[in-house]
Order: sequence, then C-alpha cells, then structure tokens
Amino acid sequence: MSKRTHISTTVNGDPVEFLSDPGVTLLDALRDELQLTGAKEGCGSGDCGACSVMLDGRLVCSCLVLAVEAEDRRIETIEGMAQGGELHPLQQKFLEHAALQCGFCTPGLLVASKALLDQNPDPTETEVRYWLAGNLCRCTGYDKIIRAVMDAAAELRQARRVA
Amino acid sequence: MLQLDYVAPTTADEAVRALGGGQAKVLAGGTDLLVQMRSGRVRPQRIVDLKRIPGLIGVREEAGGFVIGAATPGAVLGEHKALVKAWPGVVEAANLIGSTQVQGRASIAGNLCNASPAADSVPAIIAARAVAVVIGAKGRREVPVEAIAVAPGKTSLAPDEFVLEIRLPARPARAGDAYLRSIPRTEMDIAVVGAGVNLILNPDGGVAEAHVALGAVAPTALLVPEAGAAIIGSKLDEAALERLDAAARAACRPISDKRGTADYRIKIAGVLARRAAKIAYQRASEA
Amino acid sequence: MTDVMDKPALKVVGTRPIRPDGVDKVTGRAAYGADFAMPGMIWGKIKRSPHAHARIVSIDTKKARALPGVKAVVTAADFPDLASQEFEAGESASNLRDMSLNVMARGKALYKGHAVAAVAAASPQIAQAALELIEVTYEVLPHVIDVEAAMAPGAPLLHDHLYTEGLDEHPAAPSNIAKRNRLERGDLAAGFAAAEVIVEGRYVTQAVHQGYIEPHACVCAMSQDGQAQVWSSSQGQFMVRTYSAKILGIDAANIRVTPAEIGGGFGGKTVVYLEPVALALSRQSGLPVKMVMTREEVFEATGPTSGAVVEVKLGAKKDGRIVAAEVELKYQAGAFPGSPVGAGSMTALAVYDIENFRITGWDVVTNTPKVAAYRAPGAPISAFGVESAVDDLALKLGMDPIAIRELNGVRNGVKASYGPTFRDIGFQETLAAAKAHPHWSAPLGPNQGRGVAAGFWFNIGGESTAAVHINEDGGAVVATGNPDIGGSRASMAMMAAEVLGLPVEKVRPIVADTASIGFSMLTGGSRTTFATGMAVTQAAEKIVADLKRRAGLLWDVPVDQIAWEGGAAHCLDPRKDVKPLTLAALAAQSGKTGGPISAEVAINAQGAGPGFGVHICDVEIDRETGHVSVVRYTAVQDVGKAIHPAYVEGQIQGGAVQGIGWALNEEYVFDREGRMENPGFLDYRVPVASDLPMIDAVMVEVPNPRHPFGAKGVGEVPIVPPLAAVANAVRGALGVRMSELPMSPPKVRAVLDSL
Repeated sequence: MSKRTHISTTVNGDPVEFLSDPGVTLLDALRDELQLTGAKEGCGSGDCGACSVMLDGRLVCSCLVLAVEAEDRRIETIEGMAQGGELHPLQQKFLEHAALQCGFCTPGLLVASKALLDQNPDPTETEVRYWLAGNLCRCTGYDKIIRAVMDAAAELRQARRVA
Repeated sequence: MLQLDYVAPTTADEAVRALGGGQAKVLAGGTDLLVQMRSGRVRPQRIVDLKRIPGLIGVREEAGGFVIGAATPGAVLGEHKALVKAWPGVVEAANLIGSTQVQGRASIAGNLCNASPAADSVPAIIAARAVAVVIGAKGRREVPVEAIAVAPGKTSLAPDEFVLEIRLPARPARAGDAYLRSIPRTEMDIAVVGAGVNLILNPDGGVAEAHVALGAVAPTALLVPEAGAAIIGSKLDEAALERLDAAARAACRPISDKRGTADYRIKIAGVLARRAAKIAYQRASEA
Repeated sequence: MTDVMDKPALKVVGTRPIRPDGVDKVTGRAAYGADFAMPGMIWGKIKRSPHAHARIVSIDTKKARALPGVKAVVTAADFPDLASQEFEAGESASNLRDMSLNVMARGKALYKGHAVAAVAAASPQIAQAALELIEVTYEVLPHVIDVEAAMAPGAPLLHDHLYTEGLDEHPAAPSNIAKRNRLERGDLAAGFAAAEVIVEGRYVTQAVHQGYIEPHACVCAMSQDGQAQVWSSSQGQFMVRTYSAKILGIDAANIRVTPAEIGGGFGGKTVVYLEPVALALSRQSGLPVKMVMTREEVFEATGPTSGAVVEVKLGAKKDGRIVAAEVELKYQAGAFPGSPVGAGSMTALAVYDIENFRITGWDVVTNTPKVAAYRAPGAPISAFGVESAVDDLALKLGMDPIAIRELNGVRNGVKASYGPTFRDIGFQETLAAAKAHPHWSAPLGPNQGRGVAAGFWFNIGGESTAAVHINEDGGAVVATGNPDIGGSRASMAMMAAEVLGLPVEKVRPIVADTASIGFSMLTGGSRTTFATGMAVTQAAEKIVADLKRRAGLLWDVPVDQIAWEGGAAHCLDPRKDVKPLTLAALAAQSGKTGGPISAEVAINAQGAGPGFGVHICDVEIDRETGHVSVVRYTAVQDVGKAIHPAYVEGQIQGGAVQGIGWALNEEYVFDREGRMENPGFLDYRVPVASDLPMIDAVMVEVPNPRHPFGAKGVGEVPIVPPLAAVANAVRGALGVRMSELPMSPPKVRAVLDSL
C-alpha cells in the first residue's frame, strides 16, 4: 500500500483534515473519509457531472481531482448549498418544478446550476442547456430542470433588485 | 501492490527532478490522466502536480503575444478578454474540451501532451502557429506545437521533460481564427473531425497568410500547408473554398472507428475547413 | 370506490404538491445504494471475462487469497448448481438456473464482462489488486453477436442443450434460437390478395442501455447464524430477497432487504447482479460487504435491451384501411433466453384494428450481456418497424399520417391483436389531441421534417401491500413495498390524503423493508400508481370506515348516520347536537375506541388500463455533416387521471428523450473480438441538455374506471413512439427512409451522398 497523505482543506467553510492514498479521488475522499455522500459517482470519468463540486470557486468533477490536490483549497459541495434552515432558491425551484425524478443527478445539477447563476444571473435557455451539458439526467428529459434554473435565475434577479 | 506517490513541486526545476525518477506522470488538469489511471491504461509510480509552480496557471501578455501556463484551465482562457479578442478560435477550441466541469480543470498543454489525434485545442493552436516551451534536465527548448505529438498517446518529450507554457504569437491587424469540430451530439463528445483555420488578410481583403490544421483524420493533428496555400490571395470565394475543401480532404489519412468511418471523416474535414475558414475570414475582416 | 371519483372536486389528486422526499434529494441527504456504510465493512469486486465466449478451464485463486487484506474469494463453486426451473417473480417468468449463471459464470463465460469470480478485501484498492491475482485459464471460443448471424446454421452455439421452443416440430439439433412465438388472426393470404397497396420494410436496431446514472450498488451482511441484511438500490426489495435466496439456496426468511433510494432503473434494476455475490462474500468473511459497479461494468455486465431486426409488410385498400399485416421480429436475448420479443409481438399491432395478421417473434441468444427489461420492453423496437411502415403507407396513399392512424386505430370494443377486448381506452382521443395541437400545423423551415408515430403499452397491476397508520396527532404514515423511482411517494401520499381528507403534508409516505410490509411486486410495468395506489386507497378507506365506527361509539350513533368529509366525522342524525370529530380528535381518543388506528391492505390489482401515446417530432438536418437536431417535440398521451400531473409530465418527457437517444445516437458498438467498444458515457451517447428542445407533454385524461381515481400507468408508453416519430421526421427532411438505428451523422451523410 502507498503511504497515506495527511490533507488539510476547507469544505463548505469548515476546516477539515483527513488521510488519503495518493491515487484516491476527491470524490471518494468526500464520500468515504468525510461522509459527504451528496456528490455521486455515475461514471468516474467526468462524463456525467453527478460528482460536481466547486474547487476554489470553479466547477469541477470531483472524480477528476485527486484528494491530495485539495490541500489548502476551498471545496464547496451540495451539503453546503442550503444555508441554515433555508434552501437555496435553486433547490426550492427544483422542488416546485418537479425537476427531479430519481434524484441521483440532482446534487450535481444543483451545484453546476449555482455556478452558472453566480457568474451569469440572466442566462438564455441555450446558455443553460450548454452549461449543463456535462450533467446527465436520464429521467427528466431536462425540460423541467431547465425551467427550474431559469425560474430560479429570475427570482434571484428579482431579489437583487429588491435588495 | 502498486506504489504511488504524489508530489507538488513549487519550482520548474524541482518538477524536472521529480520527473527524473522513472515511472512519473505530469498532472496538470488531470482530466485525461485520472481517467487513464482509473482504467489501468497508465500506472504511474509518481504523480508530479504542476499546479503549485508559480505561473503555471494563468495567461500573461508578452511582446504582443500571449503566454499560457501549462496548467491553465480552459475556463480561465475564456475569461481572459484580450486573449478571446486576439485568438477567439483557440479559446473556442479549448472551451470545447469536455463539459463546463472539465473546463474548470483541463488545460491546452494537457490536451496537447495527451497526444490524442482528436484533441480539440490542438488543431487550433497548430493553425495559430503556437510554440510549446519545454523544460527538462537538459534545459529549455521551444517546439512548434505540431511537433509534440508523434503518435496516438505518444509525445516527443523526454521522460524528464514537460511543457511549461504555450506561446501564441502577436496578432497583426486583419487577423482572425476559428475552430470547428463535428460530433454526434452537441456537447460532451470527442471530435470525429476538427478543423482550425488562422487567417491574416491584406488591406484589400485578400488572404495574405493562411494556416489550416485538422484533427482526428490522422495519427496526430495535422498542419495542412496545401490547404492554407489553396486560399492565399483569394477573398474566400466559392472556388477558393472548393480548393480548400479538396486540399483538406487530400491530407486526411483517417481510420474507421466507433466514432466515425474514414470516408465520413474525409468528407467532413472538407466541410469543416470551409466553415471554419469562413468564420475566420469574417473575424479577420472585422479585426 | 367509484364514489370518490364521482365527487366533483378532488382536493389533492390532480394538484402539484412538493414531493415528500424532495428536500432530502436537493440537499444531498437522500441515501442511494452506494451511500450506505456499516461498521467493519469490507469491499467486494468482481473479476470479469475478457472474452465474449470462452470455456473456463480453471480458476486459481490462491495468490488472491494470500494477499494481505483479502477476506473472501468466491467463484461458481460457492453457489449451488441449480436445475433449470422457471419461476414467477417480478414482472415475468425467469429461469432460476440462467439467473444464477448470469450472476456467476459456471464452466463458460458467455459475454465480455461475465462475472467469473469475486473478492472482498479491507479496501477497494486491495480488492482491485486481488482481482488481478486471480488466474483464469480460458479456452476462447468463436462468438456471435448479430441476431441473424446467431440464427444462421453453423453459428457458434452458446448453449449445447438449447432447442427451439414453439416450433411445429421439436427441432433435431440445438441452436441459438430459444423460442418462436406467433400471434395470428384471419387469413393473411386473402388479406394481402385483397390489398390494393402494399408496403414492406426491414428495420434494424442496435442494443441500447437503460443508462440510469446510478451504478448498481449494495451492502450485504450475513451473520454467522445465516441471517442477512441487504441494503441495495433496486426496483424491488422483495425481488432482491427472492432472487438472492434462490441463487444462494437459503430461506427468504433469513434475508431482510432494505431498499435504498434508487438512482434510475427503467427496468434495468429488476434483476440482481451484485447482491447474491456480496452475500456469498459476506458469508465467507463474516463481515459486511459493499459492492459498487463501475460505469464500465454497468454497460458490459448489466442488461441492455435487444438489438433486433424487424420486417413489416402491410396491405391496405386505397381508402387507407389496412387489411393485412405481417410482422417478423428477431430479438437478441443476450447470453440467456428471454428477450422481450413476446411483448414486442403483442404490442406490434396493438394500436390497430386489422382483420388479418401474423406476427412471428424469435428469441435468440447472443454473446452479449443478458438483456434486462427496458421501459416498455420490446415495444419500441416493433413499433419502430410498424410505425415506419404505416408512415410509408400514408405517403404512398397520399393520406395524412394522423388520419390513417385514426382510420385504423383501435377503439373501445375492438378485440386487441394480443387477445383481450379494449375498454375505456383513449387512443382516438390522443390522436385527436395530436391533430389539434398547434405543433401539427406549424410551418417547417428548410431542411426540416415532421414525423408522427403512435405507441402502446399494456401497463400491469399485480400484487401490492400498503399500510396506513394514523399518528396520535391525527397525521398519517403510508407504508408500501415499492421503491420510489420517480415520485411515487408523492402520489401515494396524495391518494391517502384525498381519502382521509387530510392536507397532503400531514401524510408521510415511506418505502418499507421486506420485514416491515407485506409482499409487493417490484416497481415496474407502470404498475405502482395503479396497483399500489389502489392498495393505499383501500387501506385509507378502511381507516375511514374505522374512524366512522369510532365516532359512532363516542356519539352513540349508528355508523350509517356518520359521514366522513374534510378530514372529520359528521353526524347525519339531526337530533344529535354534536360537532364534527376531526381525525386529530379521534386519534387523541383512540385508546377509548379500540386502540391504535391502523389498516393494511394486500391486493392483486387487476384492470390496469392500457396506455396510448402519439408523438410529433420535428428535425432539422445539416446536409453537409449529417447531423440531425430535434427542434420541436410534442408527446400526447392518455394517462387516465394524472394523480400528480408534474410527475406524469416528467415521465412523458423522460421517456420521449430516451427514445430520441435510441433513435439518433445510442448503440452498443462491438469490436471483432466481441468486446464493447464504448462502455462509458463519452461514447455511449445519451442525450445531453443541449441536444434537446423543451418537450411538450400533453396529457389526455380518459379515466380508468377500475382505479379509484381513474389512473392508468404512464411510465412506459412514452418511450414507444419516439423511434419511429424521429425516423418519420428524418424521412420527411431527407425524402428517403432510414430504417437502421441509430441515425447517427455518418449514416445520415451516407444516405445524403447516395441521393
């Protein structure tokens, strides 16, 4: 066995430490070492997006990041999306629009959608579809997901105007 | 059991030394390496992560051109306004690699060194006449990017060498580039054919300089000088486009595989060269 | 039962509340198959055949066993060698021996990816290393994948003792043809003789996978006393129990299966792959064993649906009346008999009323993974052929494609091609809604084409158990035995709330484990909202009857003088001056009226209404690259009564998109050695968000009188029409028919070049 490496990093704002084999992915470390199982493995090759997380503010597939790379980095996962007792507007809109069926791709889609709206508050339908092309959903045909993201974007814009 | 160790050097020299030990692999974005490790296709004993070397992530302007650090993810290129303005085709090509998620990690240098004939960014940077700065135990050297890949999955780099940065030349007036690929879906596919075109126009609108490169139609991405020559002096009229199409097709030496037949690839190489040339011409006319 | 339906205003059914399991699913808390862990757990992995067809000469596990950290190694020798035995479990009959051999090869590996051994070790890394230390000696045999090649004389034989069933005479020699089935009516020769127009076609489809995003996963723990716990993602916890018990030769009573959340199934999780292996590894090691497939394993070792060849010949009068139809269906079954060709045959002509027809189906084994159910199993394939041919017929006759379907389409009272007489069906209503939809008359742009196609699925009922428990504060728990694969907890809660007169938020639906609820068939066949919904409704009605009885006790009023409305008992006797007793009030006093308020109902639901869909598709073709884009899509379906309309729309949209993927880009590609070349989501191309337009789901509601609220199954119908709807649209855009799927860019460009 390879010797395990000690990693200190930040997950959803909290400092965490864990040990990892050098070959282990960030996804496996999140799931198996930190018990954050919201990110899912659908493919292990960056083709399905179910493991999407934010790494230093950038959307990545955590299956394509080594756990050891997380040293001193900032990781955000689905578990950090709802703040306290409040769902993020995207989470709320996914529920209202029935934008999930089995729900397995949902955490990845939400993380990816949030990354989009954080940098583009007023995306077109085409922009949403292309941004989310790396998040496979086999249940919904995407229709309700796209509507939920557009609706959440509109609500966030409204909230900003009011604020 | 496989021994694996991970190092994250903070200088290029340290990285060179770390690579010297044998079965080592360079980690930039990791979007190819991790997939290959998982499938067992590569089994390194050491991973050398370049991302903590200063300058390896980022774009800087130098002598009118651009220097792109080897581990710079595609998303960073897309956010660099001056780069997008000068080399829209290169940025487009880099941004076609994988998903938004993959864009958060995948780099042009990684795409180049993975040595896939279908790599999206490679025809674009070849057409751009980009140069790779390579560093190794014997020092630094500058290599035209088309000389990096020598066969599918194989590069001309020595085991202790790695690409430090990609240099894109300065842009004169009336220059434009474009990259197009053909895939069965709209996203998330490997190019069945890719075509990069880089044009510089005369003040009268005639093509003064043309570089055409094709991907996925030969064991490595190809620079096709005949295709460039076919449109020199023209204003990209129908006859010139026909010549371009024919020259592009003539250069193809594709295989048939799960992604497309050889016959299809040849035809589409011509189609994409024409379409990319039109976009590049339009951009050059407006530049 | 029907009095609920007759009530003018349903308060809950037909609304769109937020699903009760929703928050867990948007916050990442919902636990799927791979999200579970047990103390002391070890990791199992499977060694798989690298060959498409090979005799297993020997397996040497010594080195693997010797690797530090390895806790168990199993091969077929660790499972009972079962006799061939058909048994009913789940959706259809299965052969126990075949299922056991599919879980772990014995003597022969029949496809690339076939399990030959398994290990369990202290970490996934050690388990992986141990796999590589297992030495298997193979004698590679010739293989066959193409269905017609497998049927040909002299083809490599998968099973030495497979003799074709269903022929007029018992065959003299074994073959790869497991079965021929036939459905016929009238006089086919006379029908064709009377026909004035004849169209013929040969249609080819490739194997496609269900493509659920969650790979198969389980955690299994067997104690030293033989009692086992299974936590797994499947379409049926009872199915997992039954199959695991039989494959391991142990009593069902010794296995308790807890259903994890399931990340998609579409039929593909109606069989077991990992659980018996994990149980065997746990039995040997005495430790809990976790197993999770990789995506590559999902593609190479779990059930796709058949690749097939479909031949269709239709004869019609000049007025469009179809008078004769001959359909031949050849379906890959994969390594063991049991393709969905039977259902493909029964559905092939189910939307039409044709006097003379013959449908012949062939079930053919091939060196590919054993096929598993995939959403309306078999029907999309035969519909692709028939609906393409009907379109060609319309074109030849100069008829509107919807008009020809209206003319020949089935109505109430018609005897279905597969036997029963249709009642309360909504096919004509669905066609009418499609014709009236603005999409049908919208103008087309350049290089665009429009196609329409119809589809049918039986929908089933079957055995379901449901329990309703009233909480001490007057809320309710609804427990069923059906995994919630796409929102069924919401519809269960809604039906119970409707009957009880509670707001839906007061009803908590749960999916119970095999020890906590009575037997329930798996979630499949579009049965859950219908059959389990019926059990839930009946259990809630029992509760209402009990509540009325209890109110009667408290008021000293006969029960027939009490009505249940708005969640409260109302006294109908004008002489009694009593206020209504709410559920909460009755629950608070339950100790005085007989104790806990609880009801369980176990039924075998009959009378699922068949479903019909009509889809309209517009495509645009890039004539230089051959790329086909779906630019507009409308899916119309008779849903009986939508309990939760948003999730019904979701089923329709999702099914349509799976069909679009099947039509355009999805396929198993094999190399010369019979190995799948594209076992990943990069090259097995399911549709991505940017490939698609919005999918307009139009619900037609022709109620099913045999369901308390009129529901019909909705999940499967929507994948039946799209293959032909897309193909017919491509035909419109190209001017010629493409009859081989997928219609990928190289194939489309080749057709364009041939024009």
